[in-house]
This record gives sequence, C-alpha cells and structure tokens, in this order.
Amino acid sequence: MSVLARNVIIPNPQGLHARPAMKFVDTAGRFQSHILVRKGNRVVDGKNPMEMMLLEASQGTVLELQAEGPDAADALEALAGLVAGGFGEMHPEK
Amino acid sequence: MKLSELVVADAIIPELASTDRNGVIREMVNALAAAMGMSEEDANAISKSVIARENQGSTGFGKGVAVPHVKHPAIKRIAATIARSSAGVDFAALDRAPVYIVVLLLSPPDNPDQHLASMENIFRHLQRDNFRRFLRQATTKEEIIDLIHEADEFPGG
Repeated sequence: MSVLARNVIIPNPQGLHARPAMKFVDTAGRFQSHILVRKGNRVVDGKNPMEMMLLEASQGTVLELQAEGPDAADALEALAGLVAGGFGEMHPEK
Repeated sequence: MKLSELVVADAIIPELASTDRNGVIREMVNALAAAMGMSEEDANAISKSVIARENQGSTGFGKGVAVPHVKHPAIKRIAATIARSSAGVDFAALDRAPVYIVVLLLSPPDNPDQHLASMENIFRHLQRDNFRRFLRQATTKEEIIDLIHEADEFPGG
C-alpha cells in the first residue's frame, strides 16, 4: 500500500500547543491508517499525544503529514483541513 | 533550557494532599506562587485560569501523566513544578487512567515559542518509561530533584 503525504503550515499564533495536538490525535484516531508527522528530521506518531508535543511546531512551521492505510486519503484530507483551519483557534472569517 | 532550570525546586510536591483535579491544581499553583514570591490574589487568578483551561480539554496525556498549564499576564517568567500522587487523581485523561505525576507549567502570555519549547522539554523526559517509573517511586523532594538533574545529564537514558 502506498504512502500519501501532504505538507501543511501551522497558521495559528500559539503554534501546535497541547489543545491542537490533542485535537490532531483525536482526528487521526478516527482513521485506520498509520499517521506520521515530520518536521525536518524528526518524525512522530500522529496518534501519540506526547510525541506530538515533541514537534515544537510554532506558527509558520511546515509539517509533512504522511498516511498509510485504506483510508489514507480521507485521513490526510481531514488532518490537513484541521491544521489549515488553525485547529479552530483562529477567528472565523466574516 | 534544562528541565532543572524550568522546574522550581522549592515548589516540588512529593506527595499531594489533594485527591481531586481542581484541588491538585490549586495546591501546585499555590506552591509555585509561594516559591516565586507571587501574591495570593495572583495565585487564585492563575488557578482559576488553569482549571478553565483544563475544562476546555484535559491535559491528561495518558500513561499516568498530566501537564496542566496556562499563559497568564500575572506570570512574569516561565516556571514549572512537579507533583506526585500515590493514590492517583482523575484528570479525565485520554486513556481514562488515573494520573500519578502532574507537571504544572505557567507561561507569560507573550512568548508562545518559549512555551512550545518548554512543553517539548517536559515531554521529551515524560515519554521515557524509566523517567515516569522513577518519578512515581520517588518519595522525597530531594529524590525528585536528583531525577531531574539526571534527566538533564543523560537525556537518552
């Protein structure tokens, strides 16, 4: 099975702090696919909340999301959307 | 920054008196505030914020560990403390298991990158099985301080 990948940029000023990390893990957990998140040389398990905190991903950081499994495309879509939306922390557009 | 520079030694609580989540948060905030010379009024305001933050989403990351935290204007420099509960505390953790090790992190509101770096530091140590196990077994402030220094010296151990 092939690995799908997509780059995302952390948009919110507070970065990937605990609450967004928990939301990410929560979303990733709804999919069967294996989820990895890469920042530079560091790769962590996207379903492990403690590992997600090791990314130290501040605003503007580029992360590569990788998904491998039967629902990889849907997982990437959901996770990329979560990040792009600032984890629901950004002010909604009027 | 080293863990030993982040954790205020005088505020470490080797055995929590409180058995419920909000009590634990207040006990830890009060210890940290006292060690840092903050007013009781500020301590109360910070406790309220930490509890409000916790109500929005648990910081019980699983494996018996919780890391309640907040960014608050009354906090002038970033600081953490560690507390132990041998009975275990219900933090509504991700894995629903009781929490035995609590790390409280208080950050000023204007430095999100320093906050992220400090969280990275804390979790780099907490994710290690041995560090968690030894912390749970520690019964005195001195033992916990020794563990923190060892963790700084041998980050891979």
